Amino acid sequence: MALDGNAIGGMLLEIFATDMTSAEATCARCGAVRPVAEELVYLRGPGTVVRCRRCTSVLMVISRVRGLNCVDLSGMEALEVKAASD
Amino acid sequence: MTSPVSRGFHRRRGPAGAEAGKLPPGQHATTDFPVLSAGPTPHVPLTEWTFSIRRGGQALRSWTWPEIQGLPAETVTVDIHCVTRWSKLGTVWRGVPVRTLLDQVGYDAPHVLAFSDGGYTTNLPIGDVSDGRAWLAFDYDGQPLAPEHGGPARLLVPHLYFWKSAKWVRGLELLDRDQPGFWENYGYNNYGDPWREQRYAGD
Amino acid sequence: MAGTALRGRLTWRVATVATVADETDHVRTITLDLPDWPGHHAGQHLDVRLTAEDGYSAERSYSIASADGEAVAITVERLDDGEVSPYLTQELRPGDQMEARGPIGNWFTWEPHDGGPLLLIAGGSGVVPLRAILRHHQRTGSNVPARLLYSARSLEDVIYRRELDQYGGSAEVRYTLTRRQPPGWGGFSGRIDDAMLARIAWPASQSPLAFICGPTPFVEAVAELLVARHYPTRRVKTERFGGA
Repeated sequence: MALDGNAIGGMLLEIFATDMTSAEATCARCGAVRPVAEELVYLRGPGTVVRCRRCTSVLMVISRVRGLNCVDLSGMEALEVKAASD
Repeated sequence: MTSPVSRGFHRRRGPAGAEAGKLPPGQHATTDFPVLSAGPTPHVPLTEWTFSIRRGGQALRSWTWPEIQGLPAETVTVDIHCVTRWSKLGTVWRGVPVRTLLDQVGYDAPHVLAFSDGGYTTNLPIGDVSDGRAWLAFDYDGQPLAPEHGGPARLLVPHLYFWKSAKWVRGLELLDRDQPGFWENYGYNNYGDPWREQRYAGD
Repeated sequence: MAGTALRGRLTWRVATVATVADETDHVRTITLDLPDWPGHHAGQHLDVRLTAEDGYSAERSYSIASADGEAVAITVERLDDGEVSPYLTQELRPGDQMEARGPIGNWFTWEPHDGGPLLLIAGGSGVVPLRAILRHHQRTGSNVPARLLYSARSLEDVIYRRELDQYGGSAEVRYTLTRRQPPGWGGFSGRIDDAMLARIAWPASQSPLAFICGPTPFVEAVAELLVARHYPTRRVKTERFGGA
């Protein structure tokens, strides 16, 4: 069952070195804009898949291969990181 | 920094009697059946469900659900190995050998790409699905395959890592040139033999 | 820029268990001694890593149960088929070590300047981050009105019950018991539905801020009900959990 982007906050912070749960993702297929925290997340596969909550198309895939994170962001038209508030 | 040992913490023990020699390297046995998905569970009514063998995007042959059910099925007991390091020994499935379906179209391609509802794909050499070691499975443990485990039908290719056994499979595309599927595109091994521990590209 | 990136960097720290306290017969709160913890916002997570003697390790993410300024605590529900939660709830004792990193997540968080009125809706152990919000709300003396609606199977399954019953004036806490109610139960019964929300949810005209946390189906159902009550989706923050 899908969780949400809150569940991968640590992994995303490790990769991007800034909080990504509050970053705004724009779906390349349907255009929906939503914080990553609220997107669908499938954790229990070989890698991690983030999908658009509106149209379910793939936004982000993260696979960890021999200790290196491979990140595909091509399912997003934009990923806007909010300025740190603290 | 070396991680401190958490006193008393250990990997969950596999079932007793997980015979040595049945587990590929780096795997541990589990008794439950973890649900692994890269997307939402599709719900296609059986009246609309078909399985197709395609070439160049054109269906060479399609089978409806009753047509698949009318083909000779086999019951097989196999061990399955997931790249996330669990293995489940002695699982019982019922399904139609993929060879039976391929034989009805007369194929000549060296590769196939399995495709599923929801857009999932995985690639296989034709020899791995045409030689009786791959099934279109629709029963698990004597019951219709549950949607979260890939029902109504999934591919079952137990000699490869389980991501090759595409859930919610709807057909095979015959290919002249190999084409990586979903996980193969993201660094997972193109072939995925658990006994050679082919987890990642280059293994 | 470099400073910002560095501040966000995550490092594993050694955490020593300070106390363990049972909340219910399958839920335990663990406080951690975490030197150099940078502080956190209510609602944030921390990741925990356990390492076995043979080198095997497992990571899990937990909501922080405590408010900023208190000892860092997590509250863990035991899932019998799990690998980590049975260890944390049954085996772990003060003095044991693990690793932790955090705080994590800036979306599902609340600070007094975020305002409200606050509507907190918890399903089962989804109450954990909402409890951190309530404690922070109280410690900061916030005058933002706050309500918690907490859905549990039975009164015995309610986590933090003594604490929640003490909030009195600063926050209203209401329970709904879905499986079993004690004789003479005066609270809600059954799953959260629109009729229950009609009595608990602030009207949308007050521009409330809602936080929902629980298992995925619970969160989806409640979020849908709030949106149907004209809560803007941006004011309905959700967090789903599941798995071992």
